Amino acid sequence: MRNSTIIMRRELASYFATPLAYVFILIFLVLVNFFAFFFGALYERGQADLQSFFTYHPWIDVFLISAVSMRLWAEERHSGSIELLMTQPVTLREAVWGKFLAAWAFVAISLVLTFPIWITVNYLGKPDNGVIVAAYIGSLMMAGGFLAIGSCMSALTRSQVIAFIGTAVVSLVFVLLGMLPGMVNNMPDWVQSAAGAVASLSIYTHFTSISKGVVDIRDVLYFAMLIGLFLLATSIALDVRKAE
Amino acid sequence: MIKTEHLSKRYKTLAAVDDISFQVAPGEVLGFLGPNGAGKTTTMRMLAGFIAPTAGTASICGHDIQTAPLAAKASLGYLPEGAPSYGEMTVRGFLDFIAELRHLEGPRRQSRLDHVIGRLQLEKVLEQTIETLSKGFRRRVGLAQAMISDPPVLILDEPTDGLDPNQKQEVRVLINEMAKDKIIVISTHILEEVEAVCTRAIIIARGRIVADDTPAQLATKSRYHNAVSLQLETPAQLSDARAAIAALPSVADVEVTERYARLTALPKAGATILPAIAELATRQGLRLKELHLESGRLDEVFRSITV
Repeated sequence: MRNSTIIMRRELASYFATPLAYVFILIFLVLVNFFAFFFGALYERGQADLQSFFTYHPWIDVFLISAVSMRLWAEERHSGSIELLMTQPVTLREAVWGKFLAAWAFVAISLVLTFPIWITVNYLGKPDNGVIVAAYIGSLMMAGGFLAIGSCMSALTRSQVIAFIGTAVVSLVFVLLGMLPGMVNNMPDWVQSAAGAVASLSIYTHFTSISKGVVDIRDVLYFAMLIGLFLLATSIALDVRKAE
Repeated sequence: MIKTEHLSKRYKTLAAVDDISFQVAPGEVLGFLGPNGAGKTTTMRMLAGFIAPTAGTASICGHDIQTAPLAAKASLGYLPEGAPSYGEMTVRGFLDFIAELRHLEGPRRQSRLDHVIGRLQLEKVLEQTIETLSKGFRRRVGLAQAMISDPPVLILDEPTDGLDPNQKQEVRVLINEMAKDKIIVISTHILEEVEAVCTRAIIIARGRIVADDTPAQLATKSRYHNAVSLQLETPAQLSDARAAIAALPSVADVEVTERYARLTALPKAGATILPAIAELATRQGLRLKELHLESGRLDEVFRSITV
Protein backbone atom coordinates (compact mmCIF):
# COMPACT_ATOMS: atom_id res chain seq x y z
CA MET A 1 0.00 0.00 0.00
CA ARG A 2 2.72 2.42 1.00
CA ASN A 3 4.70 1.62 -2.14
CA SER A 4 1.59 2.05 -4.28
CA THR A 5 1.13 5.50 -2.80
CA ILE A 6 4.74 6.45 -3.50
CA ILE A 7 4.44 5.26 -7.10
CA MET A 8 1.08 6.98 -7.48
CA ARG A 9 2.47 10.30 -6.28
CA ARG A 10 5.42 10.12 -8.67
CA GLU A 11 3.19 9.17 -11.54
CA LEU A 12 0.63 11.88 -10.89
CA ALA A 13 3.37 14.51 -10.64
CA SER A 14 4.75 13.32 -13.96
CA TYR A 15 1.38 13.93 -15.64
CA PHE A 16 1.66 17.56 -14.71
CA ALA A 17 5.36 17.80 -15.58
CA THR A 18 4.43 18.17 -19.24
CA PRO A 19 1.76 20.33 -20.92
CA LEU A 20 -0.01 17.11 -21.90
CA ALA A 21 -2.07 17.01 -18.71
CA TYR A 22 -3.33 20.54 -19.15
CA VAL A 23 -4.13 19.94 -22.81
CA PHE A 24 -6.04 16.81 -21.85
CA ILE A 25 -8.04 18.58 -19.16
CA LEU A 26 -8.84 21.40 -21.54
CA ILE A 27 -10.05 19.03 -24.26
CA PHE A 28 -12.07 17.06 -21.75
CA LEU A 29 -13.79 20.15 -20.40
CA VAL A 30 -14.51 21.54 -23.85
CA LEU A 31 -15.92 18.22 -25.06
CA VAL A 32 -18.15 17.42 -22.08
CA ASN A 33 -19.61 20.92 -22.09
CA PHE A 34 -19.98 21.04 -25.86
CA PHE A 35 -21.86 17.75 -25.91
CA ALA A 36 -24.05 18.76 -22.96
CA PHE A 37 -25.09 22.06 -24.45
CA PHE A 38 -25.32 21.26 -28.17
CA PHE A 39 -26.35 17.62 -28.38
CA GLY A 40 -27.83 17.31 -24.92
CA ALA A 41 -29.71 20.59 -25.23
CA LEU A 42 -29.02 21.41 -21.60
CA TYR A 43 -30.76 24.80 -21.79
CA GLU A 44 -33.51 23.93 -24.23
CA ARG A 45 -34.78 21.02 -22.17
CA GLY A 46 -35.63 23.50 -19.49
CA GLN A 47 -34.93 21.00 -16.70
CA ALA A 48 -32.66 21.62 -13.77
CA ASP A 49 -30.60 18.41 -13.96
CA LEU A 50 -27.34 17.21 -15.49
CA GLN A 51 -28.71 14.24 -17.39
CA SER A 52 -27.78 15.73 -20.73
CA PHE A 53 -24.29 16.32 -19.34
CA PHE A 54 -23.64 12.81 -18.05
CA THR A 55 -25.30 10.94 -20.88
CA TYR A 56 -22.34 11.57 -23.21
CA HIS A 57 -19.65 10.63 -20.72
CA PRO A 58 -19.35 6.99 -21.87
CA TRP A 59 -18.70 8.07 -25.45
CA ILE A 60 -16.25 10.80 -24.57
CA ASP A 61 -14.48 8.49 -22.14
CA VAL A 62 -13.97 5.79 -24.76
CA PHE A 63 -11.54 8.11 -26.53
CA LEU A 64 -10.21 10.37 -23.84
CA ILE A 65 -9.60 7.71 -21.20
CA SER A 66 -7.78 5.62 -23.80
CA ALA A 67 -5.52 8.61 -24.32
CA VAL A 68 -4.78 8.80 -20.58
CA SER A 69 -4.12 5.11 -20.11
CA MET A 70 -2.10 4.46 -23.27
CA ARG A 71 1.15 5.61 -21.72
CA LEU A 72 0.73 3.78 -18.41
CA TRP A 73 2.93 0.81 -19.23
CA ALA A 74 3.75 1.18 -22.91
CA GLU A 75 5.96 4.13 -22.10
CA GLU A 76 7.71 2.35 -19.23
CA ARG A 77 8.46 -0.55 -21.52
CA HIS A 78 9.51 1.67 -24.40
CA SER A 79 11.94 3.74 -22.33
CA GLY A 80 13.16 0.78 -20.28
CA SER A 81 12.30 2.49 -17.00
CA ILE A 82 10.18 -0.55 -16.16
CA GLU A 83 13.46 -2.37 -15.46
CA LEU A 84 14.41 0.30 -12.97
CA LEU A 85 10.99 0.26 -11.31
CA MET A 86 10.66 -3.51 -11.09
CA THR A 87 14.10 -3.96 -9.56
CA GLN A 88 13.19 -1.72 -6.64
CA PRO A 89 11.80 -3.57 -3.64
CA VAL A 90 8.19 -3.29 -4.83
CA THR A 91 5.79 -5.94 -6.05
CA LEU A 92 4.28 -5.93 -9.51
CA ARG A 93 0.85 -5.53 -7.98
CA GLU A 94 1.89 -2.46 -6.01
CA ALA A 95 3.26 -0.90 -9.17
CA VAL A 96 0.18 -1.75 -11.24
CA TRP A 97 -2.14 -0.29 -8.60
CA GLY A 98 0.04 2.75 -8.01
CA LYS A 99 0.06 3.70 -11.65
CA PHE A 100 -3.64 2.94 -12.06
CA LEU A 101 -4.56 5.06 -9.04
CA ALA A 102 -2.52 7.96 -10.41
CA ALA A 103 -4.41 7.83 -13.69
CA TRP A 104 -7.68 7.56 -11.82
CA ALA A 105 -6.83 10.53 -9.61
CA PHE A 106 -5.98 12.49 -12.71
CA VAL A 107 -9.38 11.72 -14.25
CA ALA A 108 -11.02 12.61 -10.92
CA ILE A 109 -9.33 16.02 -11.07
CA SER A 110 -10.69 16.52 -14.58
CA LEU A 111 -14.17 15.57 -13.42
CA VAL A 112 -14.02 17.91 -10.44
CA LEU A 113 -13.11 20.72 -12.82
CA THR A 114 -16.51 20.38 -14.51
CA PHE A 115 -18.05 21.95 -11.38
CA PRO A 116 -19.14 25.18 -13.14
CA ILE A 117 -21.89 23.26 -14.91
CA TRP A 118 -23.14 22.06 -11.54
CA ILE A 119 -23.13 25.60 -10.21
CA THR A 120 -24.95 26.69 -13.36
CA VAL A 121 -27.89 24.31 -12.92
CA ASN A 122 -28.10 25.18 -9.24
CA TYR A 123 -28.20 28.85 -10.18
CA LEU A 124 -30.89 28.29 -12.80
CA GLY A 125 -33.13 25.96 -10.88
CA LYS A 126 -33.43 23.44 -8.10
CA PRO A 127 -31.80 20.21 -9.28
CA ASP A 128 -31.73 17.02 -7.21
CA ASN A 129 -28.11 17.29 -6.08
CA GLY A 130 -28.18 13.72 -4.76
CA VAL A 131 -28.69 12.44 -8.28
CA ILE A 132 -25.87 14.63 -9.53
CA VAL A 133 -23.47 13.33 -6.87
CA ALA A 134 -24.46 9.76 -7.77
CA ALA A 135 -23.86 10.48 -11.45
CA TYR A 136 -20.42 11.92 -10.67
CA ILE A 137 -19.61 8.78 -8.69
CA GLY A 138 -20.87 6.66 -11.58
CA SER A 139 -18.79 8.58 -14.07
CA LEU A 140 -15.69 8.20 -11.91
CA MET A 141 -16.24 4.46 -11.53
CA MET A 142 -16.83 4.09 -15.23
CA ALA A 143 -13.57 5.95 -15.87
CA GLY A 144 -11.88 3.52 -13.48
CA GLY A 145 -13.17 0.61 -15.53
CA PHE A 146 -11.91 2.12 -18.77
CA LEU A 147 -8.55 2.92 -17.17
CA ALA A 148 -8.16 -0.66 -15.98
CA ILE A 149 -8.85 -1.90 -19.51
CA GLY A 150 -6.37 0.68 -20.79
CA SER A 151 -3.76 -0.38 -18.24
CA CYS A 152 -3.99 -3.95 -19.50
CA MET A 153 -3.78 -2.93 -23.17
CA SER A 154 -0.86 -0.68 -22.39
CA ALA A 155 0.95 -3.55 -20.69
CA LEU A 156 0.59 -5.69 -23.79
CA THR A 157 2.51 -3.39 -26.11
CA ARG A 158 5.45 -1.03 -26.27
CA SER A 159 3.55 1.21 -28.67
CA GLN A 160 1.30 3.87 -27.20
CA VAL A 161 -0.64 4.13 -30.47
CA ILE A 162 -1.52 0.45 -30.40
CA ALA A 163 -2.42 0.75 -26.72
CA PHE A 164 -4.70 3.68 -27.53
CA ILE A 165 -6.51 1.91 -30.38
CA GLY A 166 -6.81 -1.37 -28.48
CA THR A 167 -8.24 0.36 -25.43
CA ALA A 168 -10.70 2.42 -27.48
CA VAL A 169 -11.95 -0.69 -29.30
CA VAL A 170 -12.36 -2.84 -26.17
CA SER A 171 -13.93 0.06 -24.27
CA LEU A 172 -16.34 0.69 -27.13
CA VAL A 173 -17.38 -2.95 -27.06
CA PHE A 174 -18.01 -2.67 -23.32
CA VAL A 175 -20.25 0.34 -23.99
CA LEU A 176 -22.05 -1.02 -27.03
CA LEU A 177 -23.03 -4.25 -25.27
CA GLY A 178 -25.37 -2.08 -23.24
CA MET A 179 -27.22 -1.08 -26.39
CA LEU A 180 -28.22 -4.68 -27.18
CA PRO A 181 -31.56 -4.82 -25.27
CA GLY A 182 -32.75 -1.73 -27.17
CA MET A 183 -32.03 -3.42 -30.48
CA VAL A 184 -33.93 -6.63 -29.83
CA ASN A 185 -37.20 -5.12 -28.60
CA ASN A 186 -39.37 -7.00 -31.08
CA MET A 187 -37.63 -10.35 -30.87
CA PRO A 188 -38.67 -13.47 -28.93
CA ASP A 189 -38.36 -13.49 -25.16
CA TRP A 190 -35.31 -15.68 -24.98
CA VAL A 191 -33.41 -13.35 -27.27
CA GLN A 192 -34.36 -10.44 -25.07
CA SER A 193 -33.26 -12.16 -21.90
CA ALA A 194 -29.99 -13.23 -23.54
CA ALA A 195 -29.44 -9.65 -24.63
CA GLY A 196 -30.20 -8.52 -21.10
CA ALA A 197 -27.63 -10.92 -19.70
CA VAL A 198 -24.98 -9.71 -22.11
CA ALA A 199 -25.89 -6.10 -21.39
CA SER A 200 -25.37 -6.67 -17.69
CA LEU A 201 -21.68 -7.03 -18.52
CA SER A 202 -21.67 -3.61 -20.10
CA ILE A 203 -20.10 -0.56 -18.52
CA TYR A 204 -22.88 1.50 -20.08
CA THR A 205 -25.65 -0.40 -18.29
CA HIS A 206 -24.09 0.03 -14.86
CA PHE A 207 -23.13 3.64 -15.43
CA THR A 208 -26.68 4.54 -16.53
CA SER A 209 -28.06 2.73 -13.55
CA ILE A 210 -25.91 4.70 -11.09
CA SER A 211 -26.39 8.00 -12.88
CA LYS A 212 -30.14 7.74 -12.36
CA GLY A 213 -29.38 8.48 -8.75
CA VAL A 214 -29.11 5.11 -7.04
CA VAL A 215 -25.64 3.92 -6.10
CA ASP A 216 -26.56 0.24 -6.02
CA ILE A 217 -24.06 -2.12 -4.41
CA ARG A 218 -24.33 -4.42 -7.45
CA ASP A 219 -23.19 -1.64 -9.77
CA VAL A 220 -20.35 -0.74 -7.44
CA LEU A 221 -19.35 -4.40 -7.23
CA TYR A 222 -19.43 -4.64 -11.01
CA PHE A 223 -16.95 -1.79 -11.39
CA ALA A 224 -14.78 -3.07 -8.54
CA MET A 225 -14.57 -6.47 -10.19
CA LEU A 226 -13.98 -5.00 -13.63
CA ILE A 227 -11.09 -2.94 -12.28
CA GLY A 228 -9.73 -5.83 -10.20
CA LEU A 229 -9.83 -8.25 -13.11
CA PHE A 230 -8.20 -5.99 -15.65
CA LEU A 231 -5.49 -4.96 -13.22
CA LEU A 232 -4.82 -8.60 -12.48
CA ALA A 233 -4.58 -9.15 -16.23
CA THR A 234 -2.17 -6.21 -16.36
CA SER A 235 0.10 -7.88 -13.80
CA ILE A 236 0.04 -11.14 -15.71
CA ALA A 237 0.73 -9.42 -19.02
CA LEU A 238 3.64 -7.52 -17.48
CA ASP A 239 5.07 -10.58 -15.83
CA VAL A 240 5.20 -12.34 -19.17
CA ARG A 241 6.22 -9.46 -21.39
CA LYS A 242 8.02 -6.86 -19.31
CA ALA A 243 11.49 -7.74 -20.54
CA GLU A 244 10.63 -7.97 -24.22
CA MET B 1 27.02 -13.31 -0.75
CA ILE B 2 25.64 -13.91 -4.22
CA LYS B 3 25.06 -17.50 -5.07
CA THR B 4 23.74 -18.92 -8.32
CA GLU B 5 23.09 -22.58 -8.97
CA HIS B 6 22.49 -23.90 -12.46
CA LEU B 7 20.90 -20.61 -13.39
CA SER B 8 19.35 -20.82 -16.86
CA LYS B 9 17.16 -18.66 -19.03
CA ARG B 10 15.72 -20.20 -22.13
CA TYR B 11 13.69 -18.37 -24.74
CA LYS B 12 11.75 -20.45 -27.24
CA THR B 13 14.69 -21.80 -29.16
CA LEU B 14 17.56 -19.92 -27.61
CA ALA B 15 19.37 -20.67 -24.37
CA ALA B 16 20.35 -17.11 -23.39
CA VAL B 17 21.88 -18.30 -20.13
CA ASP B 18 22.74 -21.95 -19.85
CA ASP B 19 23.47 -23.53 -16.49
CA ILE B 20 25.54 -20.88 -14.77
CA SER B 21 26.78 -21.46 -11.23
CA PHE B 22 29.05 -19.21 -9.21
CA GLN B 23 29.41 -17.50 -5.86
CA VAL B 24 30.63 -14.04 -5.04
CA ALA B 25 31.79 -13.07 -1.56
CA PRO B 26 32.00 -9.61 0.06
CA GLY B 27 35.10 -7.73 -1.01
CA GLU B 28 35.03 -9.20 -4.46
CA VAL B 29 34.52 -7.14 -7.58
CA LEU B 30 33.35 -9.51 -10.24
CA GLY B 31 33.63 -8.53 -13.86
CA PHE B 32 31.27 -10.14 -16.30
CA LEU B 33 32.86 -10.33 -19.70
CA GLY B 34 31.63 -11.65 -22.94
CA PRO B 35 30.73 -10.73 -26.48
CA ASN B 36 27.45 -8.93 -27.09
CA GLY B 37 24.58 -11.35 -26.77
CA ALA B 38 26.55 -13.79 -24.63
CA GLY B 39 24.10 -13.59 -21.75
CA LYS B 40 25.67 -10.98 -19.46
CA THR B 41 22.65 -8.72 -19.30
CA THR B 42 20.24 -11.64 -18.99
CA THR B 43 22.22 -13.00 -16.04
CA MET B 44 22.28 -9.62 -14.33
CA ARG B 45 18.58 -9.12 -14.94
CA MET B 46 17.87 -12.44 -13.26
CA LEU B 47 20.05 -11.54 -10.29
CA ALA B 48 18.29 -8.19 -10.00
CA GLY B 49 14.91 -9.90 -10.06
CA PHE B 50 13.70 -8.34 -13.29
CA ILE B 51 13.26 -11.58 -15.17
CA ALA B 52 12.69 -15.03 -13.77
CA PRO B 53 15.05 -17.89 -14.55
CA THR B 54 13.59 -20.85 -16.41
CA ALA B 55 15.73 -23.20 -14.33
CA GLY B 56 18.11 -23.02 -11.41
CA THR B 57 18.19 -20.62 -8.50
CA ALA B 58 20.04 -17.59 -7.27
CA SER B 59 20.16 -15.83 -3.94
CA ILE B 60 21.31 -12.41 -2.81
CA CYS B 61 22.55 -12.29 0.80
CA GLY B 62 20.65 -15.48 1.51
CA HIS B 63 17.38 -14.27 -0.03
CA ASP B 64 16.21 -16.42 -2.91
CA ILE B 65 15.36 -14.23 -5.89
CA GLN B 66 12.18 -16.16 -6.55
CA THR B 67 10.82 -17.04 -3.14
CA ALA B 68 11.91 -13.84 -1.36
CA PRO B 69 12.19 -11.31 -4.20
CA LEU B 70 11.55 -8.22 -2.10
CA ALA B 71 14.23 -9.02 0.46
CA ALA B 72 16.64 -9.85 -2.37
CA LYS B 73 15.86 -6.59 -4.17
CA ALA B 74 16.15 -4.60 -0.95
CA SER B 75 19.71 -5.85 -0.46
CA LEU B 76 20.94 -4.90 -3.90
CA GLY B 77 21.40 -1.79 -5.96
CA TYR B 78 21.05 -2.26 -9.68
CA LEU B 79 22.06 -0.16 -12.64
CA PRO B 80 20.19 -1.49 -15.68
CA GLU B 81 21.82 -1.49 -19.10
CA GLY B 82 21.57 1.97 -20.64
CA ALA B 83 20.68 3.54 -17.25
CA PRO B 84 16.98 4.07 -17.95
CA SER B 85 15.07 6.52 -15.76
CA TYR B 86 12.14 8.91 -15.86
CA GLY B 87 13.16 11.66 -18.28
CA GLU B 88 10.58 14.20 -17.19
CA MET B 89 11.73 14.14 -13.55
CA THR B 90 14.41 16.35 -12.10
CA VAL B 91 17.48 14.61 -10.73
CA ARG B 92 16.44 15.61 -7.22
CA GLY B 93 12.87 14.39 -7.71
CA PHE B 94 14.09 11.10 -9.13
CA LEU B 95 16.55 10.41 -6.32
CA ASP B 96 13.90 11.37 -3.76
CA PHE B 97 11.53 8.90 -5.37
CA ILE B 98 14.04 6.06 -5.19
CA ALA B 99 14.94 6.97 -1.61
CA GLU B 100 11.25 6.73 -0.73
CA LEU B 101 10.83 3.38 -2.45
CA ARG B 102 13.87 2.20 -0.49
CA HIS B 103 12.16 3.41 2.69
CA LEU B 104 14.98 5.70 3.70
CA GLU B 105 13.83 8.14 6.33
CA GLY B 106 14.88 11.08 8.45
CA PRO B 107 18.52 12.08 8.83
CA ARG B 108 19.78 8.88 7.23
CA ARG B 109 17.83 9.64 4.09
CA GLN B 110 19.30 13.12 3.91
CA SER B 111 22.82 11.92 4.55
CA ARG B 112 22.55 9.18 1.91
CA LEU B 113 21.16 11.66 -0.62
CA ASP B 114 23.93 14.14 0.18
CA HIS B 115 26.49 11.38 -0.07
CA VAL B 116 25.53 10.06 -3.52
CA ILE B 117 24.91 13.54 -4.90
CA GLY B 118 28.33 14.65 -3.72
CA ARG B 119 30.13 11.48 -4.68
CA LEU B 120 28.77 11.51 -8.25
CA GLN B 121 29.01 15.30 -8.57
CA LEU B 122 25.37 15.84 -9.34
CA GLU B 123 25.01 19.15 -7.43
CA LYS B 124 24.96 21.26 -10.58
CA VAL B 125 22.23 19.29 -12.33
CA LEU B 126 19.94 18.60 -9.37
CA GLU B 127 17.10 20.76 -10.64
CA GLN B 128 17.49 19.76 -14.28
CA THR B 129 15.16 17.20 -15.84
CA ILE B 130 16.93 13.95 -16.63
CA GLU B 131 16.05 14.06 -20.33
CA THR B 132 18.11 17.23 -20.71
CA LEU B 133 21.25 15.62 -19.29
CA SER B 134 24.23 14.29 -21.24
CA LYS B 135 24.78 10.57 -21.47
CA GLY B 136 27.50 10.74 -18.84
CA PHE B 137 25.30 12.51 -16.33
CA ARG B 138 22.43 10.10 -16.92
CA ARG B 139 24.76 7.22 -16.18
CA ARG B 140 25.86 8.92 -12.98
CA VAL B 141 22.25 9.47 -11.96
CA GLY B 142 21.71 5.75 -12.56
CA LEU B 143 24.71 4.94 -10.36
CA ALA B 144 23.48 7.30 -7.65
CA GLN B 145 20.13 5.56 -7.72
CA ALA B 146 21.77 2.16 -7.29
CA MET B 147 23.94 3.34 -4.37
CA ILE B 148 21.36 5.36 -2.53
CA SER B 149 20.35 2.79 0.07
CA ASP B 150 23.96 1.70 0.61
CA PRO B 151 23.08 -1.92 -0.28
CA PRO B 152 25.56 -4.74 0.40
CA VAL B 153 25.37 -5.84 -3.24
CA LEU B 154 25.74 -3.71 -6.35
CA ILE B 155 24.99 -5.03 -9.81
CA LEU B 156 26.06 -2.59 -12.48
CA ASP B 157 25.44 -3.29 -16.15
CA GLU B 158 28.09 -1.37 -18.11
CA PRO B 159 28.62 1.36 -15.51
CA THR B 160 31.13 3.34 -17.55
CA ASP B 161 29.46 3.13 -20.94
CA GLY B 162 29.14 6.60 -22.46
CA LEU B 163 31.48 8.27 -19.98
CA ASP B 164 34.53 10.22 -21.06
CA PRO B 165 37.96 8.99 -19.91
CA ASN B 166 37.97 11.25 -16.84
CA GLN B 167 34.54 10.15 -15.77
CA LYS B 168 35.46 6.51 -16.39
CA GLN B 169 38.39 6.97 -14.08
CA GLU B 170 36.13 8.57 -11.47
CA VAL B 171 33.70 5.66 -11.57
CA ARG B 172 36.53 3.15 -11.29
CA VAL B 173 37.89 4.94 -8.25
CA LEU B 174 34.38 4.92 -6.82
CA ILE B 175 33.99 1.19 -7.39
CA ASN B 176 37.37 0.50 -5.82
CA GLU B 177 36.39 2.55 -2.78
CA MET B 178 33.14 0.70 -2.30
CA ALA B 179 34.69 -2.67 -2.98
CA LYS B 180 36.08 -3.20 0.52
CA ASP B 181 32.91 -4.36 2.21
CA LYS B 182 30.52 -4.88 -0.68
CA ILE B 183 29.88 -7.35 -3.42
CA ILE B 184 30.07 -5.64 -6.76
CA VAL B 185 29.25 -7.25 -10.06
CA ILE B 186 29.89 -5.24 -13.20
CA SER B 187 29.57 -6.12 -16.83
CA THR B 188 31.75 -4.53 -19.39
CA HIS B 189 33.49 -5.19 -22.63
CA ILE B 190 36.30 -2.83 -21.86
CA LEU B 191 39.09 -5.17 -20.86
CA GLU B 192 41.30 -2.54 -19.28
CA GLU B 193 38.42 -1.88 -16.91
CA VAL B 194 38.55 -5.46 -15.72
CA GLU B 195 42.22 -5.09 -14.94
CA ALA B 196 41.59 -1.75 -13.25
CA VAL B 197 38.75 -2.68 -10.91
CA CYS B 198 37.95 -6.38 -10.87
CA THR B 199 39.37 -8.91 -8.46
CA ARG B 200 37.82 -11.66 -10.51
CA ALA B 201 36.55 -12.09 -14.03
CA ILE B 202 33.97 -14.46 -15.44
CA ILE B 203 33.91 -14.78 -19.18
CA ILE B 204 30.61 -15.85 -20.69
CA ALA B 205 30.10 -17.04 -24.22
CA ARG B 206 26.87 -18.39 -25.68
CA GLY B 207 25.28 -18.41 -22.24
CA ARG B 208 27.96 -20.49 -20.54
CA ILE B 209 30.87 -19.68 -18.26
CA VAL B 210 34.05 -20.31 -20.21
CA ALA B 211 36.52 -18.84 -17.74
CA ASP B 212 36.43 -17.81 -14.08
CA ASP B 213 39.64 -16.47 -12.57
CA THR B 214 41.49 -13.37 -11.46
CA PRO B 215 42.37 -11.03 -14.33
CA ALA B 216 46.08 -11.71 -13.75
CA GLN B 217 45.60 -15.48 -13.88
CA LEU B 218 43.46 -15.15 -17.01
CA ALA B 219 46.20 -13.16 -18.67
CA THR B 220 48.66 -15.98 -18.10
CA LYS B 221 46.54 -18.10 -20.41
CA SER B 222 47.51 -15.74 -23.20
CA ARG B 223 50.21 -16.92 -25.56
CA TYR B 224 51.74 -13.52 -24.89
CA HIS B 225 52.29 -14.42 -21.26
CA ASN B 226 56.01 -13.93 -20.58
CA ALA B 227 56.54 -12.84 -24.18
CA VAL B 228 59.17 -10.20 -24.78
CA SER B 229 58.54 -7.14 -26.91
CA LEU B 230 61.31 -5.02 -28.25
CA GLN B 231 61.32 -1.96 -30.41
CA LEU B 232 64.34 -1.05 -32.52
CA GLU B 233 65.59 2.39 -33.32
CA THR B 234 66.15 1.55 -36.96
CA PRO B 235 64.01 -0.78 -39.08
CA ALA B 236 67.20 -1.83 -40.87
CA GLN B 237 68.15 -4.20 -38.05
CA LEU B 238 64.73 -5.82 -38.08
CA SER B 239 65.34 -8.89 -40.23
CA ASP B 240 68.69 -9.73 -38.61
CA ALA B 241 67.19 -9.39 -35.17
CA ARG B 242 64.27 -11.53 -36.12
CA ALA B 243 66.44 -14.34 -37.42
CA ALA B 244 68.69 -14.24 -34.34
CA ILE B 245 65.83 -14.29 -31.87
CA ALA B 246 63.95 -17.01 -33.72
CA ALA B 247 67.08 -19.13 -33.50
CA LEU B 248 67.03 -19.06 -29.69
CA PRO B 249 66.04 -22.51 -28.41
CA SER B 250 63.36 -21.30 -25.96
CA VAL B 251 61.59 -19.02 -28.43
CA ALA B 252 58.52 -20.50 -30.10
CA ASP B 253 57.69 -17.78 -32.56
CA VAL B 254 58.49 -14.19 -33.46
CA GLU B 255 55.91 -11.65 -34.57
CA VAL B 256 56.96 -8.51 -36.40
CA THR B 257 55.21 -5.17 -36.74
CA GLU B 258 57.29 -3.46 -39.40
CA ARG B 259 55.69 -0.05 -39.11
CA TYR B 260 56.96 0.41 -35.58
CA ALA B 261 60.08 -1.73 -36.00
CA ARG B 262 58.71 -3.91 -33.25
CA LEU B 263 59.35 -7.58 -32.52
CA THR B 264 57.46 -9.81 -30.14
CA ALA B 265 59.09 -13.08 -29.17
CA LEU B 266 56.75 -15.76 -27.86
CA PRO B 267 58.26 -18.27 -25.43
CA LYS B 268 57.86 -22.02 -25.63
CA ALA B 269 55.54 -23.31 -22.92
CA GLY B 270 56.84 -22.38 -19.48
CA ALA B 271 60.12 -20.95 -20.79
CA THR B 272 61.64 -17.67 -19.64
CA ILE B 273 63.21 -15.82 -22.53
CA LEU B 274 63.91 -12.31 -21.31
CA PRO B 275 67.52 -12.85 -20.12
CA ALA B 276 68.44 -14.66 -23.32
CA ILE B 277 67.00 -11.91 -25.50
CA ALA B 278 68.59 -9.13 -23.48
CA GLU B 279 71.94 -10.85 -23.74
CA LEU B 280 71.47 -11.40 -27.47
CA ALA B 281 70.57 -7.75 -28.02
CA THR B 282 73.83 -6.65 -26.41
CA ARG B 283 75.85 -9.23 -28.29
CA GLN B 284 74.35 -8.31 -31.69
CA GLY B 285 74.51 -4.58 -31.00
CA LEU B 286 70.78 -4.08 -31.51
CA ARG B 287 69.87 -0.50 -30.83
CA LEU B 288 66.81 -0.77 -28.63
CA LYS B 289 64.20 1.90 -28.02
CA GLU B 290 62.26 -0.33 -25.72
CA LEU B 291 62.36 -3.80 -24.22
CA HIS B 292 59.69 -5.26 -22.00
CA LEU B 293 58.19 -8.42 -20.62
CA GLU B 294 54.52 -8.96 -21.32
CA SER B 295 52.24 -10.36 -18.63
CA GLY B 296 49.73 -11.52 -21.18
CA ARG B 297 47.03 -9.88 -23.17
CA LEU B 298 43.54 -10.20 -21.80
CA ASP B 299 41.96 -9.25 -25.11
CA GLU B 300 43.77 -12.10 -26.79
CA VAL B 301 42.59 -14.56 -24.13
CA PHE B 302 39.11 -13.15 -24.51
CA ARG B 303 39.17 -13.67 -28.27
CA SER B 304 40.63 -17.11 -28.11
CA ILE B 305 37.99 -18.46 -25.74
CA THR B 306 34.89 -16.67 -26.94
CA VAL B 307 35.15 -16.95 -30.71
